[in-house]
Amino acid sequence: MRIGSTLNIALRALRRNKMRSVLTALGIIIGVAAVIAMVGIGNGAKAQVEAQIASLGQNVILIFSGSTTSSGIRTGWGGAGTLKIEDAEAIRREVPGVVAVSEEVVSTTQVAAGNQNWFTRIYGESADYLDIRQWALADGAPFTAQDVRSANKVCVIGRTTSSQIYGNDDPVGQIIRIKNVPFTITGILTPKGLSTQGVDQDDIVIMPYTSAMKRVVGGTTLRNINVQIGDGRQIAAAQQQIISLLRQRHNIRPGRDDDFTVRNQQEIADAATATTAVMTVLLGSIAGVSLVVGGIGIMNIMLVSVTERTREIGTRIAVGAHGSDILMQFLIEAVTLSSVGGVIGIIFGIGASKILSSYAHWPTLISLSSIIVAFMFSAAVGIFFGFYPARKAAALDPIEALRYE
Amino acid sequence: MKNGEVVKLTDVHKTYRTGDVEVQAVRGVSLEIQRGEFVALMGASGSGKSTLMNILGCLDRPTSGRYLLDDADVSALDRDRLADIRNHKLGFVFQSFNLLPRTSARENVELPLLYGTHRLTHAQLREKADAVLASVGLAGREDHHPSQLSGGQQQRVAIARALVNDPEVVLADEPTGNLDSRTSVEIMGIFQQLNERGITIIMVTHEQDIAAYARRNVVMRDGLILNDFNVTRRLDAATELAKIAPIDSQVQV
Repeated sequence: MRIGSTLNIALRALRRNKMRSVLTALGIIIGVAAVIAMVGIGNGAKAQVEAQIASLGQNVILIFSGSTTSSGIRTGWGGAGTLKIEDAEAIRREVPGVVAVSEEVVSTTQVAAGNQNWFTRIYGESADYLDIRQWALADGAPFTAQDVRSANKVCVIGRTTSSQIYGNDDPVGQIIRIKNVPFTITGILTPKGLSTQGVDQDDIVIMPYTSAMKRVVGGTTLRNINVQIGDGRQIAAAQQQIISLLRQRHNIRPGRDDDFTVRNQQEIADAATATTAVMTVLLGSIAGVSLVVGGIGIMNIMLVSVTERTREIGTRIAVGAHGSDILMQFLIEAVTLSSVGGVIGIIFGIGASKILSSYAHWPTLISLSSIIVAFMFSAAVGIFFGFYPARKAAALDPIEALRYE
Repeated sequence: MKNGEVVKLTDVHKTYRTGDVEVQAVRGVSLEIQRGEFVALMGASGSGKSTLMNILGCLDRPTSGRYLLDDADVSALDRDRLADIRNHKLGFVFQSFNLLPRTSARENVELPLLYGTHRLTHAQLREKADAVLASVGLAGREDHHPSQLSGGQQQRVAIARALVNDPEVVLADEPTGNLDSRTSVEIMGIFQQLNERGITIIMVTHEQDIAAYARRNVVMRDGLILNDFNVTRRLDAATELAKIAPIDSQVQV
């Protein structure tokens, strides 16, 4: 029955001490803004990683040459050249459910056109590669299976490479020299942005793997094979078949380690998102600490306020305030500070994430749930840290409080 | 207007215990105050007058004895019931005014209404507060903060706050203690006017000449009533002010 007037009383009291109210709320504002921004950054990174994993293509199995544990010597993926073009063809031919295969070789080298040059990555792939990665062209046409068979000197290039060499000019149809071999640019790729490892995926030249092996990279082995499976449910089975096929082809006796490594997209996605999930939790909890500190700030100010306003409290009790009225008043003051601080903090947090994403190019993602949780938490901070001072105020003896100097 | 006793104390004791030491602040006081009385409660410090005032004001409960306020026994009520009694039946005026700082005169006067059982709209609160402020001569100063008011004006705001809930009794604890002599007389004038309107006033003071504005003086010593008499040569605030006024005008010349 008295909540209405108690609210009125509490708001009047806060208005009387505007500066203090603002400063007290500031602790919560910063805390909530930090939580919102940090969780936003974490979620943004997670979403980006997920998008990038998805951009590897649907239902993709990656086979890397070399094993991560090869007789105790850890060579790393793609470390030893054990995968052959024939292996890829065997997979294409013998493993059921395979819809596309791309043989991959990778190199880095200087590329040049006109008086411009640029150090970039060269990917040799099959004609299916852009389909597997769901990587569309912004302009021009992809190289064809015929180009692959004939090892034609054609390539498609990424946006970064294009702008470094050609500026704003259209690169399609231009000649680019790669290790002094002239290649015709048939298309320009749509931008993909940074990869999970922070590599600029648009800083790339993609050409038929045959051309790459013959003219750029050299060698006869593949770094890896990308395999796309038509039906996601067949991935596990296909993965097993690929392993046994390759073991058979590589004459690996039972009990010996594979000389290749097979990973499917889901495993890579799980590992990457687990990392970013840990990061989100870490960032969020560090920011949460500042929210708790803000809460302690509220308790501190409320305690000072109760002491300073002892006579006011005595007067209120004298004119008929119940203990519960005083308790509610101070609790409402604390919760008002914390929840108003929470709302402002949410606005600041969203603002901070927007600034981060536009200036630092960090992807941020603010979810409604994080906003709701931040608000509820800030209100709860107010109740938790406001309760002790409020109870102290409510328990004051009016006779002593009235005389308090 | 009802008649008869508004306050009836029967053998009231109050004992404070601090550690092993017992202090008998009030040691068996019986007192009846009729409606419409203006009583000055006097005594030296330590006489028990403040303790008695706290009991009369329902801020404290007697250790033993009975206290009937407006025919209801309030000696054993709990904290919240006492708070309601204070809100409905009592008005308080303090020595140091006890106004809320940085709060307008109007909002200060509205304070008891906020804790009342009647739910009033903002406009009703304002109307009531402004009417009471006008009745103590503060029309036009409703929006002033205590810091913008003189001591006398602040005490009038406090009196308005005491009156806003139409109390049975106004309790004033050294109401002129922080005021100069002229303002003290003005405040006594207000009390006398209120008393003429039938409001019961109980005032604690240690000043003989302030007590002389009351109708009845009760003198305490050592927790007991030493003396209880009707004031024979009662001072009239209006007359006293008129006496001070020429002196003021002389000073101005």
